[in-house]
Amino acid sequence: MGADAHHHKETFITKYIFSQDHKMISKQYLITGLIMGIVGIGMSLLFRLQLAWPEQPFGIFESTLGKWAPDGVMDPNVYLALVTIHGTIMVFFVLTAGLSGTFSNLLIPLQIGARDMASGFLNMISYWLFFLSSVVMLASLFVEAGPAAAGWTIYPPLSALPQAQPGSGMGMTLWLVSMAIFIASSLLGSLNYIVTVINLRTKGMSMTRLPLTIWAFFVTAIIGVVSFPVLLSAALLLIMDRSFGTSFFLSDIFIQGEVLHYQGGSPVLFEHLFWFLGHPEVYIVLLPALGITSEVLATNARKPIFGYRAMVASILAIAFLSTIVWGHHMFISGMNPFLGSVFTFTTLLIAIPSAVKAFNYITTLWKGNLQLNPAMLFSIGLVSTFITGGLTGIILGDSTLDINVHDTYFVVAHFHLVMGISALYGLFAGVYHWFPKMFGRMLNKQLGYIHFWITAVCAYGVFFPMHFIGMAGLPRRYYTNTAFPYFDDLADINVVITIFALIAGAAQIVFLYNFIHSMFYGKKAEQNPWKSNTLEWTAPVEHFHGNWAGDIPEVHRWAYDYSKPGHEEDYVPQHIPMKKGEEELQH
Amino acid sequence: MTTLLTIAILLLVSIAVWQITKIFQVAQLNQKVDDSQVANDKDNDWNGKLMFAFLVFIYLITIYSFWAWGDVLLPESASEHGKDYDRLMWISMALIFFVQIVTQALLHYFSYKYRGRKGLKALFYADNDRLEFIWTIIPVIVLAALILYGLYAWSNIMNFEEDEDALVVELYAQQFNWKARYAGADNVLGDANVRFLQDFDGLNLVGIDASDPNGLDDVVVQELHLPVGRKVIFKMRSQDVLHSAYMPHFRAQMNCVPGMITEFAFTPTTTTEEMRQNPDMVAKVQKINKIRYDKSQELIANGEESLESYQFDYLLLCNKICGASHYNMQMKIIVEEEKDFNAWMAQQRTFAQVIQ
Repeated sequence: MGADAHHHKETFITKYIFSQDHKMISKQYLITGLIMGIVGIGMSLLFRLQLAWPEQPFGIFESTLGKWAPDGVMDPNVYLALVTIHGTIMVFFVLTAGLSGTFSNLLIPLQIGARDMASGFLNMISYWLFFLSSVVMLASLFVEAGPAAAGWTIYPPLSALPQAQPGSGMGMTLWLVSMAIFIASSLLGSLNYIVTVINLRTKGMSMTRLPLTIWAFFVTAIIGVVSFPVLLSAALLLIMDRSFGTSFFLSDIFIQGEVLHYQGGSPVLFEHLFWFLGHPEVYIVLLPALGITSEVLATNARKPIFGYRAMVASILAIAFLSTIVWGHHMFISGMNPFLGSVFTFTTLLIAIPSAVKAFNYITTLWKGNLQLNPAMLFSIGLVSTFITGGLTGIILGDSTLDINVHDTYFVVAHFHLVMGISALYGLFAGVYHWFPKMFGRMLNKQLGYIHFWITAVCAYGVFFPMHFIGMAGLPRRYYTNTAFPYFDDLADINVVITIFALIAGAAQIVFLYNFIHSMFYGKKAEQNPWKSNTLEWTAPVEHFHGNWAGDIPEVHRWAYDYSKPGHEEDYVPQHIPMKKGEEELQH
Repeated sequence: MTTLLTIAILLLVSIAVWQITKIFQVAQLNQKVDDSQVANDKDNDWNGKLMFAFLVFIYLITIYSFWAWGDVLLPESASEHGKDYDRLMWISMALIFFVQIVTQALLHYFSYKYRGRKGLKALFYADNDRLEFIWTIIPVIVLAALILYGLYAWSNIMNFEEDEDALVVELYAQQFNWKARYAGADNVLGDANVRFLQDFDGLNLVGIDASDPNGLDDVVVQELHLPVGRKVIFKMRSQDVLHSAYMPHFRAQMNCVPGMITEFAFTPTTTTEEMRQNPDMVAKVQKINKIRYDKSQELIANGEESLESYQFDYLLLCNKICGASHYNMQMKIIVEEEKDFNAWMAQQRTFAQVIQ
């Protein structure tokens, strides 16, 4: 397809709404993701208030929760609904669609040298399905009996029986519908990414010359295609149990004075199906963030990424292992203890490629000439939280140790650091780095620094103390711990955590302001502001459908020729031909 | 506590003020320099230094947390397998702290040391197979050791034998309380199913099958008593949704799943009385009572009832989200000498007596 094929007249609707241009779709993903992020983070601040000052009346509860907070005191069912929807929104809508959707769309065609995705139409459908699922999820907040409240893992029977909890009625139905649409969106997107990377690479762009971002997005898409359908089937079977009286997940239940008819199903089956997606999902969230980090670290360190081959190998190893470790969420679910042994083994194996990645990042910084742009700070921050959060995985992945910390705040601290905060940092790093590419303007760096430093301090302030609450034995998803005098001495810690969380929340306003303001009034971006090697910076600042006005640039080298001896500049973009006698690194 | 918060907030405010002044400085520079939103030497310099400060911050928050909150952690295990558990936990923790301290130091020190300056060129250093081999193989060896120890402990805990003299107890979960069923003189639990719950006008609290003779001597109670030093085999059931029987002081947890019976076993080693004498526990309870006393003064001032003073007891908590009152689904556990246990048991009514 030539560039001129796209030079037809675009109306407002085809350009901004039903656009098939991957760059516009990526912006749509980002902005939808950010809006969902505001909702998700806002919810977490509400339930943090409840946890720090349990059962206290707050004006903000009355105004935001209405009838769910009589006299300003949060209702326990609403607490559970908030943690459920917070988890769902953050994991799927912000860190899956908002992160991977945004940057896969923006970068795959631009970095491999393609004029657009393999199918622009499917890409558009993928976004609009995501949009629709977001609308359904938000709509579920307003149903009569409240939204889903069974935890983001929606284990039946709690999620299957409206008698067990009000949120398991209409709210859960909408949750399932929303997720089904979301999965369809994710599958269409992923298939498009895979096909595009395999088929549409420009001349010279061999797989071993791909930037690590593309490797990460490519492998993420494959994991998504392998695991998301399993969640879809779990959701469908759950819908059957809920609405058509089947017994896939339910058996021997007595509730509200009544014996239900379900026989022979098993909630453990649901757990297997859920975590068959649920665990790879962690890497669906994390790998794109790591890919972005690889790119941002190398560019700003003005150094090649250390150990490119090992980085690719570790992405592949993590992806493979991620599909055979799901049972570590179920050590004490009642499954056969022998399975627990197997999953302990596979789970701890995943620490090896993760360690390799961390060490390679650190070595990339060594003897670099670090340009500490906000994107770079977020990437370094990511490595830091990835290590801090990842290390406790050694405890949780060990079936023996998991017995006593399973489902406590220790787990909450672990996964928020290793996938929540890390992936969020990846998202921020990506936004700061590619904002010029997306909007043709620069984000304000000073506001970026404020945003990073406050967020970085608060992230540790929130999640480090949480390990202690968990090791004190406090279960997660407790509306309050005042029912146990034994936990009275944790009140202090909860207050500290909430204060840090509120400050962190405020810091995100700085980011939002910077984002919106710079979109319209930011300084005009140069074509290649970070002096980067990858192809997207050879495309003109002004967007048009087709990416490059003339021929697509040809690629002659890998993406990491930074500070290569024998070159004047400290970067050599991928489309620059090899000098006479210049050697390409063997990889 | 308040001091820490004040310091933290002051720190953040001062960073913010510093930043804002810088914004104004840069706003003036804007007119001359074109790439004003790309980090310059000055930005690299102060952010690099802050990176080093951040390393200090990570260390400080770690030390502070242990100093301020070290006493909230669980006391030493009150069960036999818990000793193994605690040892493995400490080995893992020591390892984690070592790696954490070293890697964070390298990461942040490099970020500080190699902060960029105009005109400098980075080292073109893309690969080192030997180095990469080393930091692949070291985690492999360390993890192999941890995995082996972990699997050894796991199989000891989970593959328990059904000894003759072990006490068999059923933990029965429902929204939102716990019940315990003892197997009685025959030490065999009678068959049970939710279908029997409505028999005997609701007196059949856990749905025992009255036609199974093994069930007639079963005893259903709302407070769990365990004899010290005797192995207890728990059989878990749930009547409605998933619950999880979590007994943190014994390093014990297992989900309760409707439609199936799950199992866990441990041997309590410390009676409730002994645990109350444990110096760590004494200090913890004192701290808790101080907090409760202060809160009570507030409550009394508002004309409300004061809080009772707290005495330590082992706990069984629900640790799987189960609905509105999940946060208050608990049962007291009392570990006592065998003779006290027998005396207590003798006072309980068997199923046969209850349904008469």
